[in-house]
Amino acid sequence: MHLIQQIIFIICLGIAIYLFARKTGEIRRNIKLGRDEDLNDNPAQRWRNVLLLALGQKKMFKRPIPAILHFFVYAGFLLINIEVLEILIDGVFGTERVFQSTLGGFYNVVIGFFEILAVLTLVAVISFLVRRNVMKVRRLAMPELDGFPKRDANMILYIEIVLMTMLLIMNSAEGAIRVQEGTGNGFLISGLLTPLFSGVSIKTLLIVQRVCWWGHILGILAFLNYLPYSKHFHIILAFPNAYYLRLRPQGEMANMKEIQNEVLYMMHPELAPAATGEQPAHQRFGAKDVMDLSWKNLLDAYSCTECGRCTASCPANITGKKLSPRKIMMDTRDRLEEVGRNINANKSFVEDGKTLVHDYISVEELRACTTCQACVEACPVGIEPLSIINQLRRYLIMEESNAPQEWNMMSGNIENNMAPWKFSPDDRDKWAEELTAQS
Amino acid sequence: MQIKTMAEYAANGENPEVLFWVGCAGSFDQRAQRITKAFAQILDKVAVKFAILGKEEMCTGDPARRSGNEFLFQMMAYNNIQTLNGYGVKKIVTACPHCFNVLKNEYPNLGGQYDVIHHTTFLQQLINEGRVRLKDGGSFKGKKITYHDSCYLGRGNNIYEAPREVLQALDVELVEMKRCRTNGLCCGAGGAQMFKEEEPGTTRINFERAEEALHTGANIIAANCPFCTTMLMDGVKNKEKEDDVKVMDIAEMVAASLAD
Ligand code: SF4
Ligand code: SF4
Repeated sequence: MHLIQQIIFIICLGIAIYLFARKTGEIRRNIKLGRDEDLNDNPAQRWRNVLLLALGQKKMFKRPIPAILHFFVYAGFLLINIEVLEILIDGVFGTERVFQSTLGGFYNVVIGFFEILAVLTLVAVISFLVRRNVMKVRRLAMPELDGFPKRDANMILYIEIVLMTMLLIMNSAEGAIRVQEGTGNGFLISGLLTPLFSGVSIKTLLIVQRVCWWGHILGILAFLNYLPYSKHFHIILAFPNAYYLRLRPQGEMANMKEIQNEVLYMMHPELAPAATGEQPAHQRFGAKDVMDLSWKNLLDAYSCTECGRCTASCPANITGKKLSPRKIMMDTRDRLEEVGRNINANKSFVEDGKTLVHDYISVEELRACTTCQACVEACPVGIEPLSIINQLRRYLIMEESNAPQEWNMMSGNIENNMAPWKFSPDDRDKWAEELTAQS
Repeated sequence: MQIKTMAEYAANGENPEVLFWVGCAGSFDQRAQRITKAFAQILDKVAVKFAILGKEEMCTGDPARRSGNEFLFQMMAYNNIQTLNGYGVKKIVTACPHCFNVLKNEYPNLGGQYDVIHHTTFLQQLINEGRVRLKDGGSFKGKKITYHDSCYLGRGNNIYEAPREVLQALDVELVEMKRCRTNGLCCGAGGAQMFKEEEPGTTRINFERAEEALHTGANIIAANCPFCTTMLMDGVKNKEKEDDVKVMDIAEMVAASLAD
């Protein structure tokens, strides 16, 4: 009996790991479709960001209530993993609570602590469900979440409830067995539930315990495989995303070296490299589709938690414009997943007549951005929606010459009058003359 | 008062202490010219040896770059850096956070390395060093004032305290808006929005921000950017509050409070 369980367990574990590895491999490949960007400088600062932002959840604490609730779930997740490790070892080697013998009396304290976390997680998860579905907190109930994103968010919360409940019932059944056998007591929290099992035979209790054990671990393996399809992938990607955060000041826009050189060669033709037969292929200016973005933008897209903190602080969105930085991230991920499926089916990407600009993100959305960086500042996992917006705008202007008339006039003025308005460059220091005349 | 250009300094074989980068708004926009003049008057009064580029100054290219026109930005940057490097400029002060951000963060990649400082930080330093002396019981003493963080000074470059310290030195009663510092709401002008109509929405960004500022009950909205100043004034006008509530740049407030 034990042996059969062991074998089934090992098979389930193997399948779960295989599927997970395959999907994450695809995601890795998709992210690498993006353009190169070197983000390896200053490792000390990068590790600090991992500690503060990912591990320490620094930015979450700008909004204390969701931060504390989220922290319960997060701490619960990290620490209960230790218990999962025990379950995995038990499952593979057919042992029963292997850590018990090494930890002795301390084991019950540890499990008690985990049980407290499990209860806190339950409290938090239920509060999250209420915030989403009953209170309808604005950023969590916007139309851009209709359909899968909304189901996804709720789904994860339900899975958490099931997992935590299984864990508690399992422990409680074990406690009940010990009480009946007179070999000990229940655990800290689940022990409170043991009276429920009074009068239940040890045989039945064993079955309950086993069912919950299996339910819990299979649930976890299913959860693991659901992650890469879900916004909940952030629990893994938040860490690399914090590490590879751009370290430059938020106000600084990425330089375009190729255009810098073009201008330089225009001014100094003698500096231009001799036109040999092989000219490097023209790289599109700005980004039209996901492959034109940097790999970091694509990692950003997979790391997005769809929390909407960016959108809630976006001045354009607050004043009713179509732009929503969260939607920019969701669109980028959706399009990238579509490109990924295209590659799965055709070995390499086959033109499908669609692009990130126009088909997913409209010109109207892009135009509304004031480059205020509120979205970047707000994001708890270090995502830069603005970086994608900037690159798409560059494509629109430089490749499609797609600009509102007023911007064409502005550019014309800058070119001809050295100022965005139609003033004579000779009047630039008129204020100084006036001031000198005054005093 | 005499305002000398870089060319005039160079002709005399002299170097100024600092170059005052005026920016397009500060040079041409009537409202912003008042900020420029106020700042120049402060510098003159406390005998900071400063120069301007005069007619040689050009747009930094910020609105071009942010609208997506990188070519035009690179052209402007090239020309400006040629001019600045030609004069061997070391230190630049500017009253525009957009110019500040481009000069400080974006020109170094293109060969323009300068020590760049925003005018509010510069004023704070002058006050701390005792070079700028303020009237006791100046005209803003005890007045209720709210401060609007511009995006490119605040989030863009993490400067939140220097302007507030100047306001404290003026003895004002500073009341913060709910969205301030890192959470400050944009005035709506950045990203070249100043030069085009807003997209359709439920309200304008500057109306939303001005309303929030008015809500504090402040008599003066202090700003650090010529674009914010214009945007907020429009927003205040929209609420027909322009007679009760003034929008002022911090330099204007300091200029009005200088000790004799
Ligand atoms: S940078 Fe653009 S998208 Fe981001 S918050 Fe500001 S206006 Fe919205
Ligand atoms: S980009 Fe960041 S702030 Fe915006 S929804 Fe995604 S995780 Fe949340």
